[in-house]
Amino acid sequence: MITLAILLTIAPIAAYVLIVAFAQRWKALSAGIAIVATGGSLVISLYLLIAMIGNPTPVHDAMQWLRIPHIGGFRGLEIVAGVLVDPLSALMATIVSLVAFLVMVYSVGYMKGDEGFSRYFAYLSLFTFSMLGLVVSDNYFMTFVFWELVGLSSYLLIGFWRLKDAPAEASKKAFVTNRWGDFGFMVGIILLFLTFGTFDYTALAAMIPLYQHLGFLALIAVLVFTGPMGKSAQFPFHVWLPDAMEGPTPVSALIHAATMVAAGVYLVARAFVLFHAVPNVMELIAWIGGFTAIFAALIALVQKDIKRILAYSTLSQLGYMFLALGSGSMSAGMFHLTTHAFFKALLFLGAGSVIHALEQQDIFKMCGLAKKMPITTWTFVIGSLSLGGLFPLAGFWSKDEILLTALKNGQVALYWIGVITAFLTAFYMFRLIFTAFFGKEAEVHGEHAHHAHESPASMTAPLIVLAVLSVIGGLVGSPWWTQWFGGSFGTFIYFGEPEPAHIDLAVAIPATIVALLGIGLAWVIYGAKLIKHEWLAERLRPLHTLLEHKFYVDEFYAFVFKWVMLLLGRILDWIDHRVIDGAFDGLGSATRAGGGKLRLIQSGKLQSYALVIFGAVALVVILLSTNLIGGFVK
Amino acid sequence: MNALHLLPGIILAPFAAALIMLFVPSTARNLIRGLALAAASCSLALAGLAMFLYDNSTKGLQFVEHIGWLKSYGISLDLGVDGLSLPLVLLTAIIFFAGVFVSWKLENRTKEFFVYTLLLVGGVFGVFMSTDLLVLFMFIEIAVIPKYVLILVWGSTRKDYAAMKYTLYLLSGSALAFVGLFAIYAYAQNPQLGLGYGTFALSDLGRINFDPQFQKWAFLVLLVGFGVLVPIFPLHRWTPDGHSAAPTTISMLLAGVIMKLGGYAIIRVGLGFFPEGAAYWAPVVAILATINVLYIAFVALVQKDMKFVVANSSISHMGFVLLGIASMNAVSVSGAAAQMFAHGIMAALFFALVGQVYDKAHTRMIADFGGLAKYMPRTSAAFLVVGLASLGLPGLFNFVPEFSVFVGGMQRFPVLTAVSIFSVVVTAIYVLWVYQRVFFGPANPRWEGLVDMKGVEVVPVVLLGGILLVLGIMPGGFMNIVSGGIAPIVQRLASVSTGGIF
Repeated sequence: MITLAILLTIAPIAAYVLIVAFAQRWKALSAGIAIVATGGSLVISLYLLIAMIGNPTPVHDAMQWLRIPHIGGFRGLEIVAGVLVDPLSALMATIVSLVAFLVMVYSVGYMKGDEGFSRYFAYLSLFTFSMLGLVVSDNYFMTFVFWELVGLSSYLLIGFWRLKDAPAEASKKAFVTNRWGDFGFMVGIILLFLTFGTFDYTALAAMIPLYQHLGFLALIAVLVFTGPMGKSAQFPFHVWLPDAMEGPTPVSALIHAATMVAAGVYLVARAFVLFHAVPNVMELIAWIGGFTAIFAALIALVQKDIKRILAYSTLSQLGYMFLALGSGSMSAGMFHLTTHAFFKALLFLGAGSVIHALEQQDIFKMCGLAKKMPITTWTFVIGSLSLGGLFPLAGFWSKDEILLTALKNGQVALYWIGVITAFLTAFYMFRLIFTAFFGKEAEVHGEHAHHAHESPASMTAPLIVLAVLSVIGGLVGSPWWTQWFGGSFGTFIYFGEPEPAHIDLAVAIPATIVALLGIGLAWVIYGAKLIKHEWLAERLRPLHTLLEHKFYVDEFYAFVFKWVMLLLGRILDWIDHRVIDGAFDGLGSATRAGGGKLRLIQSGKLQSYALVIFGAVALVVILLSTNLIGGFVK
Repeated sequence: MNALHLLPGIILAPFAAALIMLFVPSTARNLIRGLALAAASCSLALAGLAMFLYDNSTKGLQFVEHIGWLKSYGISLDLGVDGLSLPLVLLTAIIFFAGVFVSWKLENRTKEFFVYTLLLVGGVFGVFMSTDLLVLFMFIEIAVIPKYVLILVWGSTRKDYAAMKYTLYLLSGSALAFVGLFAIYAYAQNPQLGLGYGTFALSDLGRINFDPQFQKWAFLVLLVGFGVLVPIFPLHRWTPDGHSAAPTTISMLLAGVIMKLGGYAIIRVGLGFFPEGAAYWAPVVAILATINVLYIAFVALVQKDMKFVVANSSISHMGFVLLGIASMNAVSVSGAAAQMFAHGIMAALFFALVGQVYDKAHTRMIADFGGLAKYMPRTSAAFLVVGLASLGLPGLFNFVPEFSVFVGGMQRFPVLTAVSIFSVVVTAIYVLWVYQRVFFGPANPRWEGLVDMKGVEVVPVVLLGGILLVLGIMPGGFMNIVSGGIAPIVQRLASVSTGGIF
């Protein structure tokens, strides 16, 4: 099993090496290698998942990677490279390789004709390797290693069209923003290691609950959590994700919706014992999640770019997952991660299909796509309904779990935030759908709108697969599943006690009603246009402006960068040049000036030389004779 | 094993080649290049062999050669290496080899250039191999002096000022260190306190338990004297000017190995002989190291010339060496020693790439570029690799020593170490920002027709980048050698009470 887990990780990196070293010139071959390797990973991870469902005993093996023995009272450094296969990693590996596989198939059509076609598939393979490595790592250190490699792949893919300014800027922003989080993460795992002497998840799971200094543990937990905040783009690190939409759309589906941004959620689930030990930190996680959920959903209301709407939606849904984790249910958080991977990948790929056809991302310049692109349209609608949480689609079950968890654990305020967010979610998604897919043609003057056509089968097939999963994927967490197969998501992946699936109508019904209300309101404004949205925006001008500017967070950061960091750099540079160089150059000039004065001594006058010689001899004689006359030299 | 005489072979190769070169007519450029390459290959092969044959299970010096010299004064030209110095010998050989390729197309006074370079490299080898303090010191001078000429004749950008600045800084440091050396000699001569006979042999001096008061002063003198080379804040200002003025190969050697002479001497002599002095000054060193790391990272952020960015980045990264030294434990000092190697390779590669761009575009100003990835995809890819190494990306070797320094440093100076770790953010910003402005964005048509890296240019890039990658993936064996090498030094530190000046 360990060998298989290693194999599933290595396959994509082998593909990367093969493409870079040999296959680069042949585009079809490059894509083929990448797809075959990821397909292999998918088969293996499915096998592991089934094996884990049969027997959920974790399997764990490691080998030494680096060892610096301790000397004296300080800790040495002991790092292993190991693999941990348990239900959590098996599930995550399956999600990653499944979405990666579908996205690669889709990309063959989407990226056709791009001059960087082979490079694209190489990067995707590198990403898949890094992400799978992250998933199967058995310790914090190796997780951090792959965490950074995932960040690198994301950097490369966001900046894929590097000769344009926007992607280049966005890729740097993504990497740097993540670095802020990773700084805390790195300090956190170092403190963790110094406190417990190991990075290993399994060993730490036994040690952390016994640790007494909760204050220090809270510090570690918060530091470690900054990593997930960066990677999963939680407030205040959220700014990079919407900009990351500059990358090719399939990349957005894979990395910036389904898998990499979920890595933060995965890490919190993996390290749940650490967070669970400090209730205050759990509270913090839940509130950061809840805040991000509603904050991003509000911004999504006024966005015009189809990908940006989906990006803010992703932020919001990731917030939901953290809300669940922080409220104490690892099972609910991971369940939502799973269903979200299906419907959000579907929505992004659907958006990609639209962009591919129209070369246009502004939803108000799209119209009537429903007739021209039926598969894209209806799969997109299914994805949106699932995201909106309509019974019995996948999103319904996982969102229900989250709201239930919040309510059960006394987080009433967070429960209401969740409900309001559900309303906003349904509204902004159907705002998009009514405008772009069902809008009337006469109102729009898009150039490409007229000759839009359905995408090729290599692109629609993944849409259909994901649509099916978005419909039925949630059943694994439903009471029906327990009836049929005697188990459910919550009895497979859980922390502490298994969480059997059940449905609480007091939660499910209000959630469904607000979702329907959201759809209805969207229909009123954008479908039937009973209320003009321009009029509404005018009436709510200050709020609308605030949302359009995304609460001015980006502006604030730009200001801080320019007037704090760059200014500090300039001041320090000035100190370097003026103060330090000034001092030393001054010393140099003084020496030179002194030399100029001393030069006068060498006057060439014999008398003065003789005087000096005589004086010197006299001095030496006195010094030498001091011993005899009881002087100071001993 | 000793029958191979590896060390004399490594050090004699450059000196012998320089000597032969003197009798070669300066028009025979290819012969001169061939000679330099032969010497570099010989050194590299022998150094690699030594690394391979190095027996990690035994402590102390290996491949020892007794040559003897001024026996009556206790000065001898003995050679030997351990886990601390052998990687640095290998580093020197690697950069020497890479540097020959980088300078392959040099047409201006080729002969003189290579003669001076060979002398310099030989001097550096001598420093890392000498087991005699005075000889070690003399080799430092041999390594430092040719630099003056090399910058002055083959340099650019304010080269007169830079060459003079470089030389004065380094000679002032040397003068101070020289005083410290003779104080140690005199101490050894003292029959009550020391050994009763004057000697510069490191092994003999290492047996002395120096008086704590003496240690405080001697460590300080050596720290300042050798600290100039590292360079330690606020004695760092020779570096940016020196680097930007120096020709590419010389920048590679300057950042790659000359800066390491200081760190090596501080670990070998400062920590090795004066554990209590080191403990006393450790907080000061840690503070200066943190300033090195973070202050200079901010300075690098606002530079307009690529070479100034890389030069400042070097100072910043050498701060980790100082932090590792100041933290005085096995993990941190291993990290410091390994960081010297890792940074040496990385800095050399960085300068080689900046040099490639400069040679073709005749400018290094960041604002002049844009979209270079279109015309120079290979250079662009290599630049990204070294940039990622610089910002400490796992998978490239630089991450490993940095992480070790952090783990070791966090145990002694948690706050200062955390502040230093913050530099990973600032480094990411300046590296990726430079990269974006030079290689990304709309292609500037001015650089249409700029030739991508090819031929001899590829050799140093693949060599240096490959080392970073291979050691980044499998650092275990290398780090074993280093941590074994510093073990005897750290053993003595472990018995010293901590606390220090504050």
